[in-house]
Amino acid sequence: MLESAVIWWTFFKISINERLIYRADFMLGTLMRFLPTLTQIFLWWAIYDVISSNEPNNTGAEPDGNIAGYKYGDMVAYYLLVIISRAFSSMPGLTGGIANQIRNGEVKKFLIQPVDMQGCLLMQRIAHKLVYYLIATLPFALVFFLCRDFFIEGWPPPDALAVFFASLILSFLLGFYLECCIGLIGFWFLEVTSLTFIYMLMNFLLSGHMFPLELLPAEPYNIRQLVEYLPFKYLAYFPAAVFLGKIEGPEMYRGLLAEIGWVVFFIVLSRILWHRGIKRYSGYGG
Amino acid sequence: MAWAGMNWGLFKIIYRHTGEIGLDSGWHEHEFFIFLGTIWIINSLIQTLFMANAAEFSELIRTGNLDFALLKPIDTQFLISFPRINWSQLPNGILGVMLIAHSLSELMQEREIYFSVFSLPAFLFFIGCGAVVMYSVMICLASTSIWFGRNQNLYNFWFYITNFYRYPMEIYQRSGVGMALWGTFTFVVPILVVSNIPARILAQPLGTPWKPWEWGLAAYAIIGSIWSLMASRWVFKRALKSYRSASS
Repeated sequence: MLESAVIWWTFFKISINERLIYRADFMLGTLMRFLPTLTQIFLWWAIYDVISSNEPNNTGAEPDGNIAGYKYGDMVAYYLLVIISRAFSSMPGLTGGIANQIRNGEVKKFLIQPVDMQGCLLMQRIAHKLVYYLIATLPFALVFFLCRDFFIEGWPPPDALAVFFASLILSFLLGFYLECCIGLIGFWFLEVTSLTFIYMLMNFLLSGHMFPLELLPAEPYNIRQLVEYLPFKYLAYFPAAVFLGKIEGPEMYRGLLAEIGWVVFFIVLSRILWHRGIKRYSGYGG
Repeated sequence: MAWAGMNWGLFKIIYRHTGEIGLDSGWHEHEFFIFLGTIWIINSLIQTLFMANAAEFSELIRTGNLDFALLKPIDTQFLISFPRINWSQLPNGILGVMLIAHSLSELMQEREIYFSVFSLPAFLFFIGCGAVVMYSVMICLASTSIWFGRNQNLYNFWFYITNFYRYPMEIYQRSGVGMALWGTFTFVVPILVVSNIPARILAQPLGTPWKPWEWGLAAYAIIGSIWSLMASRWVFKRALKSYRSASS
Protein backbone atom coordinates (compact mmCIF):
# COMPACT_ATOMS: atom_id res chain seq x y z
CA MET A 1 0.00 0.00 0.00
CA LEU A 2 2.66 2.45 1.14
CA GLU A 3 4.88 1.27 -1.65
CA SER A 4 2.35 2.03 -4.36
CA ALA A 5 1.70 5.40 -2.72
CA VAL A 6 5.38 6.22 -3.08
CA ILE A 7 5.35 5.13 -6.70
CA TRP A 8 2.32 7.27 -7.47
CA TRP A 9 3.81 10.24 -5.67
CA THR A 10 6.90 9.94 -7.84
CA PHE A 11 4.83 9.86 -11.00
CA PHE A 12 2.97 12.88 -9.71
CA LYS A 13 6.15 14.88 -9.11
CA ILE A 14 7.65 14.01 -12.47
CA SER A 15 4.52 15.08 -14.28
CA ILE A 16 4.39 18.38 -12.43
CA ASN A 17 7.93 19.24 -13.41
CA GLU A 18 7.28 18.19 -16.97
CA ARG A 19 4.44 20.64 -17.16
CA LEU A 20 6.24 23.61 -15.67
CA ILE A 21 8.71 23.78 -18.55
CA TYR A 22 6.61 25.96 -20.84
CA ARG A 23 4.93 28.45 -18.54
CA ALA A 24 4.59 31.54 -20.69
CA ASP A 25 3.39 29.64 -23.72
CA PHE A 26 0.84 28.09 -21.46
CA MET A 27 -0.58 31.34 -20.12
CA LEU A 28 -0.83 32.82 -23.57
CA GLY A 29 -2.57 29.70 -24.77
CA THR A 30 -5.09 30.00 -21.98
CA LEU A 31 -5.92 33.56 -22.86
CA MET A 32 -6.28 32.63 -26.53
CA ARG A 33 -8.78 30.05 -25.48
CA PHE A 34 -11.21 32.82 -24.66
CA LEU A 35 -11.09 34.37 -28.12
CA PRO A 36 -13.79 32.11 -29.57
CA THR A 37 -15.96 33.09 -26.63
CA LEU A 38 -15.58 36.69 -27.68
CA THR A 39 -17.21 35.99 -31.02
CA GLN A 40 -19.84 33.90 -29.26
CA ILE A 41 -20.70 36.93 -27.15
CA PHE A 42 -21.26 39.03 -30.24
CA LEU A 43 -23.15 36.30 -32.04
CA TRP A 44 -25.58 35.85 -29.17
CA TRP A 45 -25.92 39.57 -28.72
CA ALA A 46 -27.06 39.82 -32.31
CA ILE A 47 -29.49 36.97 -31.78
CA TYR A 48 -30.93 38.36 -28.57
CA ASP A 49 -31.39 41.73 -30.21
CA VAL A 50 -33.77 40.18 -32.68
CA ILE A 51 -35.67 38.21 -30.07
CA SER A 52 -36.00 41.18 -27.74
CA SER A 53 -37.31 43.40 -30.49
CA ASN A 54 -40.29 41.09 -30.89
CA GLU A 55 -41.22 41.55 -27.29
CA PRO A 56 -43.36 44.35 -25.92
CA ASN A 57 -41.96 46.89 -23.43
CA ASN A 58 -38.45 46.41 -24.65
CA THR A 59 -36.22 49.08 -23.14
CA GLY A 60 -33.69 48.76 -25.91
CA ALA A 61 -30.57 49.19 -23.78
CA GLU A 62 -29.86 45.56 -22.91
CA PRO A 63 -31.55 42.79 -24.79
CA ASP A 64 -34.03 41.23 -22.37
CA GLY A 65 -35.57 38.42 -24.38
CA ASN A 66 -34.90 34.86 -23.43
CA ILE A 67 -34.24 31.61 -25.23
CA ALA A 68 -35.23 28.44 -23.43
CA GLY A 69 -35.00 30.28 -20.12
CA TYR A 70 -31.64 31.86 -20.83
CA LYS A 71 -31.35 35.61 -20.85
CA TYR A 72 -28.49 37.18 -22.77
CA GLY A 73 -26.30 37.44 -19.67
CA ASP A 74 -27.04 33.83 -18.74
CA MET A 75 -26.02 32.69 -22.18
CA VAL A 76 -22.63 34.38 -22.06
CA ALA A 77 -22.11 33.26 -18.46
CA TYR A 78 -22.95 29.76 -19.60
CA TYR A 79 -20.21 29.77 -22.22
CA LEU A 80 -17.68 31.07 -19.72
CA LEU A 81 -18.62 28.41 -17.19
CA VAL A 82 -18.42 25.69 -19.80
CA ILE A 83 -14.80 26.65 -20.34
CA ILE A 84 -14.24 25.86 -16.66
CA SER A 85 -16.06 22.54 -16.92
CA ARG A 86 -14.02 21.67 -19.95
CA ALA A 87 -10.83 22.60 -18.14
CA PHE A 88 -11.69 19.80 -15.76
CA SER A 89 -13.20 17.19 -18.02
CA SER A 90 -11.21 17.40 -21.24
CA MET A 91 -8.33 14.94 -21.53
CA PRO A 92 -6.37 15.81 -24.64
CA GLY A 93 -4.45 12.87 -25.98
CA LEU A 94 -5.48 10.34 -23.37
CA THR A 95 -7.33 7.92 -25.63
CA GLY A 96 -4.77 8.12 -28.39
CA GLY A 97 -1.96 7.73 -25.88
CA ILE A 98 -3.34 4.52 -24.45
CA ALA A 99 -4.13 3.05 -27.84
CA ASN A 100 -0.65 3.93 -29.05
CA GLN A 101 0.98 2.23 -26.09
CA ILE A 102 -1.05 -0.86 -26.80
CA ARG A 103 -0.15 -0.85 -30.47
CA ASN A 104 3.56 -0.30 -30.18
CA GLY A 105 3.94 -2.60 -27.23
CA GLU A 106 4.86 -0.03 -24.61
CA VAL A 107 2.04 -1.28 -22.48
CA LYS A 108 4.26 -4.24 -21.62
CA LYS A 109 5.95 -2.20 -18.95
CA PHE A 110 2.76 -2.16 -16.93
CA LEU A 111 2.61 -5.93 -17.14
CA ILE A 112 6.15 -6.34 -15.87
CA GLN A 113 6.42 -3.55 -13.35
CA PRO A 114 4.29 -3.51 -10.23
CA VAL A 115 2.58 -0.30 -11.39
CA ASP A 116 -1.04 0.04 -12.26
CA MET A 117 -1.61 1.65 -15.65
CA GLN A 118 -4.77 3.60 -14.86
CA GLY A 119 -3.36 4.74 -11.54
CA CYS A 120 -0.20 5.99 -13.15
CA LEU A 121 -2.05 7.79 -15.91
CA LEU A 122 -4.46 9.26 -13.39
CA MET A 123 -1.57 10.67 -11.36
CA GLN A 124 -0.13 12.18 -14.51
CA ARG A 125 -3.41 13.82 -15.37
CA ILE A 126 -4.00 15.14 -11.88
CA ALA A 127 -0.55 16.67 -11.92
CA HIS A 128 -1.08 18.22 -15.35
CA LYS A 129 -4.44 19.59 -14.35
CA LEU A 130 -3.16 20.99 -11.07
CA VAL A 131 -0.36 22.82 -12.83
CA TYR A 132 -2.84 24.01 -15.38
CA TYR A 133 -5.15 25.47 -12.74
CA LEU A 134 -2.21 27.03 -10.96
CA ILE A 135 -1.12 28.88 -14.06
CA ALA A 136 -4.51 29.40 -15.64
CA THR A 137 -6.09 30.95 -12.57
CA LEU A 138 -4.67 34.34 -13.43
CA PRO A 139 -6.03 34.61 -16.99
CA PHE A 140 -9.29 32.98 -15.89
CA ALA A 141 -9.73 35.43 -13.03
CA LEU A 142 -9.01 38.32 -15.36
CA VAL A 143 -11.59 37.23 -17.92
CA PHE A 144 -14.25 36.48 -15.33
CA PHE A 145 -13.63 39.80 -13.64
CA LEU A 146 -14.08 41.61 -16.95
CA CYS A 147 -17.21 39.61 -17.64
CA ARG A 148 -18.73 39.84 -14.16
CA ASP A 149 -21.74 41.79 -15.39
CA PHE A 150 -22.95 38.82 -17.40
CA PHE A 151 -23.62 36.91 -14.22
CA ILE A 152 -27.03 38.44 -13.64
CA GLU A 153 -27.83 36.43 -10.54
CA GLY A 154 -24.44 36.93 -8.93
CA TRP A 155 -22.98 34.10 -6.89
CA PRO A 156 -25.12 30.98 -6.48
CA PRO A 157 -26.25 29.89 -2.98
CA PRO A 158 -23.64 27.93 -0.97
CA ASP A 159 -25.19 24.51 -1.54
CA ALA A 160 -25.25 25.04 -5.30
CA LEU A 161 -21.67 26.23 -5.14
CA ALA A 162 -20.67 23.09 -3.25
CA VAL A 163 -22.42 20.90 -5.81
CA PHE A 164 -20.74 22.91 -8.56
CA PHE A 165 -17.28 22.14 -7.23
CA ALA A 166 -18.13 18.53 -6.52
CA SER A 167 -19.48 18.08 -10.02
CA LEU A 168 -16.31 19.63 -11.47
CA ILE A 169 -14.11 17.10 -9.68
CA LEU A 170 -16.44 14.31 -10.72
CA SER A 171 -16.40 15.55 -14.29
CA PHE A 172 -12.63 15.24 -14.21
CA LEU A 173 -12.92 11.61 -13.09
CA LEU A 174 -15.70 10.91 -15.53
CA GLY A 175 -13.75 12.38 -18.43
CA PHE A 176 -10.68 10.43 -17.43
CA TYR A 177 -12.28 7.00 -17.08
CA LEU A 178 -14.55 7.46 -20.08
CA GLU A 179 -11.58 8.20 -22.32
CA CYS A 180 -9.61 5.44 -20.65
CA CYS A 181 -12.29 2.96 -21.67
CA ILE A 182 -12.21 4.14 -25.26
CA GLY A 183 -8.44 3.90 -25.28
CA LEU A 184 -8.52 0.38 -23.86
CA ILE A 185 -10.75 -0.73 -26.71
CA GLY A 186 -7.43 -0.55 -28.54
CA PHE A 187 -6.74 -4.05 -27.21
CA TRP A 188 -9.37 -5.28 -29.63
CA PHE A 189 -9.26 -2.74 -32.46
CA LEU A 190 -5.65 -1.49 -32.35
CA GLU A 191 -6.70 1.66 -34.18
CA VAL A 192 -9.17 3.82 -32.27
CA THR A 193 -8.77 7.12 -34.13
CA SER A 194 -12.21 6.90 -35.68
CA LEU A 195 -13.76 5.94 -32.35
CA THR A 196 -12.06 8.92 -30.74
CA PHE A 197 -13.41 11.12 -33.45
CA ILE A 198 -16.96 9.90 -32.94
CA TYR A 199 -16.55 10.38 -29.22
CA MET A 200 -15.31 13.91 -29.77
CA LEU A 201 -18.27 14.76 -31.96
CA MET A 202 -20.78 13.32 -29.50
CA ASN A 203 -19.01 15.13 -26.72
CA PHE A 204 -19.13 18.39 -28.60
CA LEU A 205 -22.79 18.20 -29.45
CA LEU A 206 -24.30 16.41 -26.48
CA SER A 207 -22.23 17.65 -23.56
CA GLY A 208 -23.47 21.20 -23.91
CA HIS A 209 -20.12 22.42 -25.14
CA MET A 210 -21.62 24.26 -28.07
CA PHE A 211 -24.86 25.51 -26.53
CA PRO A 212 -26.99 24.95 -23.43
CA LEU A 213 -28.73 21.61 -23.73
CA GLU A 214 -32.11 23.28 -23.22
CA LEU A 215 -31.83 24.50 -26.79
CA LEU A 216 -31.90 20.98 -28.19
CA PRO A 217 -35.12 20.19 -30.00
CA ALA A 218 -37.71 17.88 -28.46
CA GLU A 219 -39.11 17.02 -31.87
CA PRO A 220 -39.14 15.37 -34.37
CA TYR A 221 -36.70 13.33 -32.27
CA ASN A 222 -36.54 13.98 -28.60
CA ILE A 223 -32.81 14.65 -28.40
CA ARG A 224 -33.39 16.81 -25.36
CA GLN A 225 -34.61 13.79 -23.40
CA LEU A 226 -31.95 11.52 -24.84
CA VAL A 227 -29.04 13.53 -23.46
CA GLU A 228 -30.47 13.16 -19.98
CA TYR A 229 -29.68 9.45 -20.18
CA LEU A 230 -26.14 9.90 -21.50
CA PRO A 231 -22.99 10.63 -19.49
CA PHE A 232 -21.86 13.45 -21.77
CA LYS A 233 -23.85 16.22 -20.16
CA TYR A 234 -21.80 15.95 -16.98
CA LEU A 235 -18.67 16.88 -18.89
CA ALA A 236 -19.77 20.44 -19.61
CA TYR A 237 -23.41 21.27 -19.15
CA PHE A 238 -24.17 20.07 -15.65
CA PRO A 239 -21.67 22.14 -13.60
CA ALA A 240 -22.50 25.28 -15.56
CA ALA A 241 -26.25 24.75 -15.20
CA VAL A 242 -25.88 24.23 -11.46
CA PHE A 243 -23.88 27.41 -11.13
CA LEU A 244 -26.47 29.41 -13.03
CA GLY A 245 -29.33 27.95 -10.99
CA LYS A 246 -30.88 26.20 -14.00
CA ILE A 247 -30.82 22.97 -12.03
CA GLU A 248 -31.59 23.28 -8.34
CA GLY A 249 -33.09 21.55 -5.34
CA PRO A 250 -33.62 17.78 -5.40
CA GLU A 251 -32.96 17.64 -9.11
CA MET A 252 -29.47 18.99 -8.53
CA TYR A 253 -28.64 16.29 -6.00
CA ARG A 254 -30.16 13.62 -8.22
CA GLY A 255 -27.91 14.84 -11.01
CA LEU A 256 -24.89 14.64 -8.75
CA LEU A 257 -25.79 11.09 -7.75
CA ALA A 258 -26.23 10.11 -11.38
CA GLU A 259 -22.81 11.59 -12.11
CA ILE A 260 -21.25 9.53 -9.30
CA GLY A 261 -23.02 6.51 -10.75
CA TRP A 262 -21.49 7.16 -14.16
CA VAL A 263 -18.03 7.60 -12.68
CA VAL A 264 -18.29 4.29 -10.82
CA PHE A 265 -19.64 2.63 -13.94
CA PHE A 266 -16.71 3.75 -16.05
CA ILE A 267 -14.15 2.89 -13.37
CA VAL A 268 -15.52 -0.64 -13.21
CA LEU A 269 -15.75 -0.86 -16.98
CA SER A 270 -12.17 0.29 -17.44
CA ARG A 271 -10.97 -2.36 -14.95
CA ILE A 272 -12.89 -5.06 -16.79
CA LEU A 273 -11.58 -3.88 -20.15
CA TRP A 274 -8.04 -3.84 -18.82
CA HIS A 275 -8.18 -7.36 -17.40
CA ARG A 276 -9.86 -8.78 -20.47
CA GLY A 277 -7.53 -6.79 -22.67
CA ILE A 278 -4.24 -8.01 -21.25
CA LYS A 279 -5.45 -11.59 -21.68
CA ARG A 280 -5.84 -10.93 -25.38
CA TYR A 281 -2.72 -8.86 -25.63
CA SER A 282 0.03 -10.42 -27.70
CA GLY A 283 2.85 -7.90 -27.25
CA TYR A 284 3.58 -6.42 -30.63
CA GLY A 285 6.59 -4.31 -31.28
CA GLY A 286 9.95 -4.25 -29.55
CA MET B 1 -16.58 17.32 -42.98
CA ALA B 2 -18.06 16.35 -39.64
CA TRP B 3 -17.13 19.77 -38.28
CA ALA B 4 -19.04 21.33 -41.11
CA GLY B 5 -22.05 19.20 -40.30
CA MET B 6 -21.84 20.22 -36.69
CA ASN B 7 -21.62 23.87 -37.57
CA TRP B 8 -24.69 23.46 -39.68
CA GLY B 9 -26.49 21.71 -36.83
CA LEU B 10 -25.63 24.49 -34.42
CA PHE B 11 -27.18 27.14 -36.61
CA LYS B 12 -30.13 24.95 -37.45
CA ILE B 13 -30.81 24.87 -33.72
CA ILE B 14 -30.18 28.58 -33.28
CA TYR B 15 -32.66 29.35 -36.04
CA ARG B 16 -35.30 27.35 -34.25
CA HIS B 17 -35.17 30.07 -31.63
CA THR B 18 -34.62 33.17 -33.67
CA GLY B 19 -35.60 34.42 -37.09
CA GLU B 20 -32.57 36.53 -37.80
CA ILE B 21 -29.03 37.10 -36.60
CA GLY B 22 -28.53 40.80 -36.02
CA LEU B 23 -31.54 43.09 -35.93
CA ASP B 24 -32.66 44.13 -39.44
CA SER B 25 -29.45 42.83 -40.90
CA GLY B 26 -31.33 40.48 -43.20
CA TRP B 27 -29.41 37.39 -42.17
CA HIS B 28 -32.37 35.04 -42.00
CA GLU B 29 -31.92 31.30 -42.07
CA HIS B 30 -31.39 30.74 -45.79
CA GLU B 31 -29.28 33.85 -46.20
CA PHE B 32 -27.10 32.75 -43.34
CA PHE B 33 -26.59 29.28 -44.75
CA ILE B 34 -25.41 30.85 -47.97
CA PHE B 35 -22.92 32.73 -45.84
CA LEU B 36 -21.88 29.51 -44.12
CA GLY B 37 -21.44 27.75 -47.45
CA THR B 38 -19.21 30.59 -48.63
CA ILE B 39 -17.03 30.19 -45.55
CA TRP B 40 -16.74 26.47 -46.17
CA ILE B 41 -15.62 27.06 -49.74
CA ILE B 42 -12.94 29.57 -48.78
CA ASN B 43 -11.76 27.38 -45.92
CA SER B 44 -11.52 24.30 -48.04
CA LEU B 45 -9.64 26.20 -50.75
CA ILE B 46 -7.09 27.33 -48.18
CA GLN B 47 -6.78 23.95 -46.58
CA THR B 48 -6.50 22.17 -49.90
CA LEU B 49 -3.91 24.49 -51.38
CA PHE B 50 -1.91 26.10 -48.59
CA MET B 51 -2.41 24.60 -45.17
CA ALA B 52 -0.11 21.60 -45.61
CA ASN B 53 2.45 23.78 -47.34
CA ALA B 54 2.51 26.34 -44.57
CA ALA B 55 3.01 23.60 -42.00
CA GLU B 56 5.76 22.18 -44.20
CA PHE B 57 7.38 25.60 -44.36
CA SER B 58 7.51 25.80 -40.57
CA GLU B 59 9.04 22.37 -40.55
CA LEU B 60 11.67 23.43 -43.10
CA ILE B 61 12.63 26.29 -40.84
CA ARG B 62 12.91 24.09 -37.80
CA THR B 63 15.05 21.49 -39.52
CA GLY B 64 17.14 23.98 -41.47
CA ASN B 65 16.15 22.48 -44.80
CA LEU B 66 14.93 25.86 -45.94
CA ASP B 67 18.51 26.43 -47.10
CA PHE B 68 17.81 24.32 -50.16
CA ALA B 69 14.71 26.28 -51.02
CA LEU B 70 16.64 29.55 -50.69
CA LEU B 71 19.36 28.34 -53.03
CA LYS B 72 17.03 27.55 -55.90
CA PRO B 73 16.83 30.23 -58.60
CA ILE B 74 13.13 30.80 -58.14
CA ASP B 75 11.09 33.01 -55.88
CA THR B 76 11.14 31.41 -52.45
CA GLN B 77 7.63 32.41 -51.47
CA PHE B 78 6.31 30.87 -54.67
CA LEU B 79 8.34 27.75 -54.13
CA ILE B 80 7.16 27.06 -50.61
CA SER B 81 3.55 28.05 -51.24
CA PHE B 82 2.50 25.57 -53.87
CA PRO B 83 4.36 22.27 -53.83
CA ARG B 84 1.59 20.11 -52.49
CA ILE B 85 -2.15 19.85 -52.80
CA ASN B 86 -4.11 18.24 -50.04
CA TRP B 87 -7.12 16.81 -51.87
CA SER B 88 -8.71 15.43 -48.75
CA GLN B 89 -9.92 18.89 -47.79
CA LEU B 90 -11.80 19.48 -51.01
CA PRO B 91 -15.08 17.72 -50.06
CA ASN B 92 -15.85 20.50 -47.59
CA GLY B 93 -15.87 22.96 -50.44
CA ILE B 94 -18.20 20.78 -52.45
CA LEU B 95 -20.42 20.57 -49.42
CA GLY B 96 -20.37 24.37 -49.29
CA VAL B 97 -21.44 24.59 -52.92
CA MET B 98 -24.29 22.18 -52.23
CA LEU B 99 -25.39 24.11 -49.18
CA ILE B 100 -25.40 27.35 -51.15
CA ALA B 101 -27.33 25.80 -54.02
CA HIS B 102 -29.93 24.39 -51.68
CA SER B 103 -30.34 27.56 -49.63
CA LEU B 104 -30.49 29.67 -52.74
CA SER B 105 -33.28 27.61 -54.23
CA GLU B 106 -35.20 27.80 -50.96
CA LEU B 107 -34.61 31.52 -50.81
CA MET B 108 -35.87 32.06 -54.33
CA GLN B 109 -39.20 30.58 -53.40
CA GLU B 110 -39.47 33.12 -50.61
CA ARG B 111 -38.52 36.29 -52.37
CA GLU B 112 -37.01 37.61 -55.51
CA ILE B 113 -33.28 37.21 -55.93
CA TYR B 114 -31.63 39.28 -58.55
CA PHE B 115 -29.30 37.46 -60.89
CA SER B 116 -27.30 38.67 -63.80
CA VAL B 117 -24.58 37.21 -65.95
CA PHE B 118 -22.14 38.91 -63.63
CA SER B 119 -23.35 37.33 -60.41
CA LEU B 120 -21.51 34.06 -60.66
CA PRO B 121 -18.21 35.47 -61.96
CA ALA B 122 -18.38 38.17 -59.30
CA PHE B 123 -19.01 35.56 -56.62
CA LEU B 124 -16.07 33.48 -57.78
CA PHE B 125 -13.87 36.54 -58.09
CA PHE B 126 -14.54 37.58 -54.50
CA ILE B 127 -14.07 34.01 -53.28
CA GLY B 128 -10.70 34.33 -54.97
CA CYS B 129 -10.06 37.56 -53.08
CA GLY B 130 -10.98 35.72 -49.93
CA ALA B 131 -8.51 32.97 -50.67
CA VAL B 132 -5.82 35.57 -51.34
CA VAL B 133 -6.39 37.31 -48.02
CA MET B 134 -6.49 34.08 -46.07
CA TYR B 135 -3.36 32.91 -47.86
CA SER B 136 -1.62 36.11 -46.83
CA VAL B 137 -2.63 35.63 -43.22
CA MET B 138 -1.30 32.12 -43.32
CA ILE B 139 2.02 33.14 -44.85
CA CYS B 140 2.42 35.75 -42.12
CA LEU B 141 1.64 33.18 -39.45
CA ALA B 142 4.02 30.67 -40.96
CA SER B 143 6.76 33.32 -41.26
CA THR B 144 6.58 33.95 -37.54
CA SER B 145 8.05 30.51 -37.00
CA ILE B 146 11.32 31.90 -38.31
CA TRP B 147 11.40 34.11 -35.25
CA PHE B 148 9.85 31.73 -32.75
CA GLY B 149 11.35 28.53 -34.05
CA ARG B 150 8.29 26.49 -33.35
CA ASN B 151 5.22 25.63 -35.31
CA GLN B 152 2.88 23.77 -33.00
CA ASN B 153 0.67 26.77 -32.62
CA LEU B 154 0.16 27.42 -36.31
CA TYR B 155 -3.08 25.47 -36.51
CA ASN B 156 -4.29 26.94 -33.23
CA PHE B 157 -3.65 30.48 -34.35
CA TRP B 158 -5.29 29.74 -37.61
CA PHE B 159 -8.35 28.44 -35.82
CA TYR B 160 -8.55 31.46 -33.56
CA ILE B 161 -8.20 33.94 -36.38
CA THR B 162 -10.70 32.28 -38.68
CA ASN B 163 -13.06 32.38 -35.74
CA PHE B 164 -13.58 36.05 -36.43
CA TYR B 165 -14.49 35.78 -40.06
CA ARG B 166 -17.10 33.10 -39.73
CA TYR B 167 -19.93 35.46 -38.92
CA PRO B 168 -21.69 38.30 -40.68
CA MET B 169 -20.00 41.59 -39.86
CA GLU B 170 -23.20 43.05 -38.46
CA ILE B 171 -22.82 41.13 -35.24
CA TYR B 172 -19.76 43.20 -34.35
CA GLN B 173 -21.22 46.60 -35.09
CA ARG B 174 -22.87 46.96 -31.72
CA SER B 175 -20.47 48.25 -29.13
CA GLY B 176 -17.05 49.75 -28.56
CA VAL B 177 -15.19 46.47 -28.34
CA GLY B 178 -17.18 45.09 -31.24
CA MET B 179 -16.40 48.09 -33.41
CA ALA B 180 -12.73 47.76 -32.53
CA LEU B 181 -12.82 44.14 -33.61
CA TRP B 182 -14.75 45.02 -36.72
CA GLY B 183 -12.26 47.74 -37.56
CA THR B 184 -9.31 45.46 -36.99
CA PHE B 185 -10.65 42.65 -39.10
CA THR B 186 -11.85 44.96 -41.83
CA PHE B 187 -9.04 47.44 -42.24
CA VAL B 188 -5.94 45.91 -40.70
CA VAL B 189 -6.51 42.26 -41.52
CA PRO B 190 -9.37 42.36 -44.01
CA ILE B 191 -10.72 38.87 -43.34
CA LEU B 192 -14.24 39.98 -42.47
CA VAL B 193 -14.74 41.73 -45.78
CA VAL B 194 -13.71 38.78 -47.88
CA SER B 195 -16.17 36.43 -46.22
CA ASN B 196 -19.00 38.93 -46.24
CA ILE B 197 -18.83 40.27 -49.77
CA PRO B 198 -19.19 37.03 -51.75
CA ALA B 199 -21.98 35.89 -49.45
CA ARG B 200 -23.78 39.20 -49.94
CA ILE B 201 -23.58 38.84 -53.71
CA LEU B 202 -25.69 35.71 -53.63
CA ALA B 203 -27.78 36.15 -50.51
CA GLN B 204 -28.54 39.85 -50.90
CA PRO B 205 -29.70 40.12 -47.29
CA LEU B 206 -30.80 43.71 -47.70
CA GLY B 207 -32.41 43.08 -51.08
CA THR B 208 -31.41 44.48 -54.42
CA PRO B 209 -30.03 46.75 -55.58
CA TRP B 210 -27.11 46.89 -53.20
CA LYS B 211 -26.82 49.80 -50.82
CA PRO B 212 -24.02 52.26 -51.64
CA TRP B 213 -21.95 51.10 -48.66
CA GLU B 214 -22.10 47.56 -49.94
CA TRP B 215 -20.58 48.71 -53.22
CA GLY B 216 -17.94 50.59 -51.29
CA LEU B 217 -17.14 47.52 -49.29
CA ALA B 218 -16.84 45.38 -52.40
CA ALA B 219 -14.39 47.85 -53.89
CA TYR B 220 -12.54 47.83 -50.63
CA ALA B 221 -12.38 44.04 -50.65
CA ILE B 222 -10.31 44.20 -53.82
CA ILE B 223 -7.98 46.83 -52.38
CA GLY B 224 -7.81 44.83 -49.16
CA SER B 225 -6.74 41.66 -50.92
CA ILE B 226 -3.99 43.46 -52.80
CA TRP B 227 -2.83 45.20 -49.66
CA SER B 228 -2.78 42.02 -47.60
CA LEU B 229 -0.87 40.19 -50.32
CA MET B 230 1.72 42.95 -50.34
CA ALA B 231 1.88 42.98 -46.55
CA SER B 232 2.38 39.24 -46.39
CA ARG B 233 5.12 39.48 -48.98
CA TRP B 234 6.83 42.13 -46.89
CA VAL B 235 6.53 40.08 -43.69
CA PHE B 236 7.87 37.04 -45.50
CA LYS B 237 10.91 38.93 -46.78
CA ARG B 238 11.56 40.46 -43.38
CA ALA B 239 11.31 37.05 -41.77
CA LEU B 240 13.69 35.50 -44.28
CA LYS B 241 16.29 38.14 -43.39
CA SER B 242 16.27 36.88 -39.82
CA TYR B 243 16.59 33.28 -40.92
CA ARG B 244 19.69 31.70 -39.44
CA SER B 245 19.46 28.16 -40.67
CA ALA B 246 19.58 25.34 -38.20
CA SER B 247 21.44 22.13 -37.46
CA SER B 248 23.19 21.02 -40.71
